[in-house]
Amino acid sequence: MAKAPLLEVRNLRVEFPTRHGTLVAIDDLSLHIDPGEVLGVVGESGAGKSMTGAAIIGLLEPPGKIAGGEIVFDGQRIDNLPDADIRRIRGRHIGAIFQDPLTSLNPLHTVGRQITDTIVAHLPLTARQARTRALELLREVGIPAAAERIDHYPHQFSGGMRQRVVIALALCADPKLIIADEPTTALDVSIQAQIIVLLKRLCSQHGSAIMLITHDMGVISETADRVAVMYAGRIGEIGPVSDVIHSARLPYTIGLMGSIPSIGEEVERLVQIDGSMPRLNETPPGCRYHPRCPQAFDRCSVERPELIAVGSSRVACWLYDDSNQAQTPLPVRAAAKTNRDSPRINGTASAKPLIEAEGLKQYFDVSPPLLTRILERTGRRIVQAVDGLDISIVRGETFGLVGESGCGKSTVARTIVGLFDATAGTISYDGASLSTREERARNQSVQHKMQMIFQDPQASLNPRWRVSEIVAESIPRSRRAANGGVSARVGELLRQVGMSPLDGDKYPHEFSGGQRQRISIARALGGEPEFLVCDEPTSALDVSVQAQILNLMVDLQRSLGLTYLFISHDLAVVHHISTKVGVMYLGRIVEWSATHRLFTHPLHPYTRMLLDAVPDISKTGTQRTQVEGEVPSPIDPPSGCAFHPRCPFANDRCRTETPKSIMVEGTSIACHAVEEARLPSWKAA
Amino acid sequence: MISYILARVLQSLVVMLCVAAISFSLFTYVGDPIANLVGIQSSDEKREELRESLGLNDPAPVQFVRFVGRAVQLEFGISYQQKRKVASIIAERLPATLELSILSALIALGIGIPAGIFTALNRESWFSHLILSGSLVGVSLPTFLIGILLIFIFSVQFQLLPSFGRGEVVQLGFWSTGLLTASGLKALIMPAITLALFQMTLIMRLVRSEMLEVLRADYIKFARARGLSNRTVHFGYALMNTLVPVITITGLQLGSIIAFAIITETVFQWPGVGLMFIQAINEVDIPVMSTYLLLIASFFVIINLVVDLLYYFVDPRLRVGRGVRA
Ligand SMILES: Nc1ncnc2c1ncn2[C@@H]1O[C@H](COP(=O)(O)OP(=O)(O)OP(=O)(O)O)[C@@H](O)[C@H]1O
Ligand code: SF4
Ligand code: SF4
Ligand SMILES: [Mg+2]
Repeated sequence: MAKAPLLEVRNLRVEFPTRHGTLVAIDDLSLHIDPGEVLGVVGESGAGKSMTGAAIIGLLEPPGKIAGGEIVFDGQRIDNLPDADIRRIRGRHIGAIFQDPLTSLNPLHTVGRQITDTIVAHLPLTARQARTRALELLREVGIPAAAERIDHYPHQFSGGMRQRVVIALALCADPKLIIADEPTTALDVSIQAQIIVLLKRLCSQHGSAIMLITHDMGVISETADRVAVMYAGRIGEIGPVSDVIHSARLPYTIGLMGSIPSIGEEVERLVQIDGSMPRLNETPPGCRYHPRCPQAFDRCSVERPELIAVGSSRVACWLYDDSNQAQTPLPVRAAAKTNRDSPRINGTASAKPLIEAEGLKQYFDVSPPLLTRILERTGRRIVQAVDGLDISIVRGETFGLVGESGCGKSTVARTIVGLFDATAGTISYDGASLSTREERARNQSVQHKMQMIFQDPQASLNPRWRVSEIVAESIPRSRRAANGGVSARVGELLRQVGMSPLDGDKYPHEFSGGQRQRISIARALGGEPEFLVCDEPTSALDVSVQAQILNLMVDLQRSLGLTYLFISHDLAVVHHISTKVGVMYLGRIVEWSATHRLFTHPLHPYTRMLLDAVPDISKTGTQRTQVEGEVPSPIDPPSGCAFHPRCPFANDRCRTETPKSIMVEGTSIACHAVEEARLPSWKAA
Repeated sequence: MISYILARVLQSLVVMLCVAAISFSLFTYVGDPIANLVGIQSSDEKREELRESLGLNDPAPVQFVRFVGRAVQLEFGISYQQKRKVASIIAERLPATLELSILSALIALGIGIPAGIFTALNRESWFSHLILSGSLVGVSLPTFLIGILLIFIFSVQFQLLPSFGRGEVVQLGFWSTGLLTASGLKALIMPAITLALFQMTLIMRLVRSEMLEVLRADYIKFARARGLSNRTVHFGYALMNTLVPVITITGLQLGSIIAFAIITETVFQWPGVGLMFIQAINEVDIPVMSTYLLLIASFFVIINLVVDLLYYFVDPRLRVGRGVRA
């Protein structure tokens, strides 16, 4: 061993004493981080990732406590230090970054004050020197006009900028280790890319090591040197990033990697791990993964496997034990490849659209009260959430809509299903016009053929109703008597979404997030819809559960002949499920085409930027291209092409004239550069 | 800045006008003002004459404008019962109520806020548990019962404090104060404590729960993770954020101290406006009642205005617009 590790965690055990006995959240966990190294810690929610990070800096939420093992930092044991001593290490030697930049900063103090407070707490500097250093830090993390911004309050910064401030705060005393817990999860793809690049650059300049905790395998694969995969409070596999991602050994890692959609690959179905992470009070004995493991054998349910060296990684699995002869591990990513540019159901080659919207506009008035407007001499403030959008979806296809937060995706969904009255434009379904409230009232039966699925199954299910009541509610009155009555139909619907009819007697809170999403799908299917609008249906779910839901949606599409409008900010998910993809920017679709074409021959500069920015497991170790700028506010969108402030190809025409959509080789594109044929070709895919 | 304050002031004026309307309708439509002014024997012509001369035959809006105009000049009419100007009756009574309420408010804030902070920061200490269980008594016992209990113990059993009245008062111009004599101070103790108790426990519990909430916030966790000292975290970060929402509710509570003084004043026969109101109700003295209503409402509105302005200075999110978002 050349160098002593910077941080060494040995046999860490974290317990939560509760009224119903002690829960063990982290059980016998060991890992180490070398100086300057990036260790990724991945795992689904509840795996104990955050808790491991919190235990290291001594910030476990009470009543959680370290009940065993030791943590050695820079040769010194830190898990048993008195409060005052560990405080001196926090921030000075170990910095931390948390997930949500919007809530990480004290809203009542200027960012400058928060930075100087922290500097003065650790370094022997005067207030004036601290301020100079704070300014340097803000410049270093790329805050424009830092000298002026230092006296601003957090609410005056955008999310991405706030996360930069948070990084400046974490770096202010040049710590040797930074624990970054989901530092980019709350951010948009393009901002996420900027923050990751920044974090990596600064840490290598300052020589800091990073413990990067995230559930996002894409981020890990291009950032980390080594990866630890956590499951139910233990490390299942730990090793160099390329080994873990591309030749995983642990059955859980193999399943996990297969369940992540990738833009580098086209598969019909994702690898599916059934079930979900066990709760803390029902951790299975032996290998904690055995109830879900396709390769579990006798020994797995009785004896707990420890980490053993396999190749350059270490894996905790009995398959790799010398005494095991019976079983061999599965190969990675066994799924078959298919071409999915045609609709999943047959007989729909006709180009006649099922649903069509033209010139759709949805404005929201967010003006302050009249009195304030008069006194401050300001006009009305109108959010142009959707601003002249055209979309047409053919029966049987899945139209994926991607775009960064605030670009109007959810508004499009709600306007199309009639939850909002469109400000302008037309919507028609199968020839029937549904543009206004009157038209929708007249065409009730057509309206029923459209249903919607929301992101948060928790919030969209009434907690006081039984599942059967929730599902039954959606069955139209005229259909209640048919086919053996409501309860038979509810049972059938639950079976369709992979649940048992017996689950109908339970309440929503008795189910996991994935099961709740199944219930909301069952409810949507109750009205026998033809067209489902799915607004981020898997964003709140873990990847393994996301794979289950995505597979279910594909199966349902095939068996029921459904048409989907699928909305997501996750390009890989959209790539996986869609036959056609539209890219939205500030209220408009700037480009759409068949999925394969869009991902291999993107035309619009924004689409290209997104594809560059997206972290993906196929991009291990690759450098991303820096993406500049942030999404502007839809209250005062830029003139001409809304993308021009961020576009490297913008010219005067772009600044004044809004580009119209034209068709180029099957792609609909709104960009002057394409029209003028002055856009360089996309790097060979 | 100016526009924010102006908007708040305008809002307050609107609220005051609404209250004035209620007070006005009470004045005009409940009971017959003429009947209370003239003797039973006076003739119908005489009544009609009086009615005309007082402007009671004018359309309601005109009467209302006149009512508001008079109220602005502190003209509230003549008490039916005492046949004196309502304004001077109130001027006589108000100092007693204000001295009692302000002292109670100081007790409630001075003990409630520190106790709330203490119990939030030392959640597990036995002293916190003691304070919390003690505070349950404060919220669950009705005010009059506490007053009577205090009278029973300190006046009847130990004969330490007077059971009613204000004691000796000193006249400072129009203001009569009980704060300058020993008997006046002694008389103030029990009513002030009685009145403060409920608000004190409420403020304490409010501060405590708000502070516990703030201590769980991400920015507190992040501040700890940066190694800031407990003092900075608790008093530099958590306390300020706790007080922002607490200010509003506390402001309203102070308003209700003045309103609740009615009960305490009745129990201790405290010669303030509350007691005056109760008597006015018994005697159906409409001008006094409607003026009291106006008075209490204006206290609430003024306190609310002050709270809004305080807010403005404490919370930069109101003070500083989003400005440039780079
Ligand atoms: N205060 C608490 N009391 C009891 N159990 C807790 C408490 N806080 C967390 N847990 C449990 O500890 C386990 C690990 O939590 P942790 O937050 O570390 O998971 P995670 O992997 O970071 O998940 P996520 O990705 O959702 O943040 C979870 O099962 C969680 O429910
Ligand atoms: S030990 Fe057994 S159950 Fe656990 S991962 Fe290995 S094969 Fe699966
Ligand atoms: S229209 Fe102009 S600014 Fe807009 S994307 Fe095309 S080149 Fe860029
Ligand atoms: Mg977490």
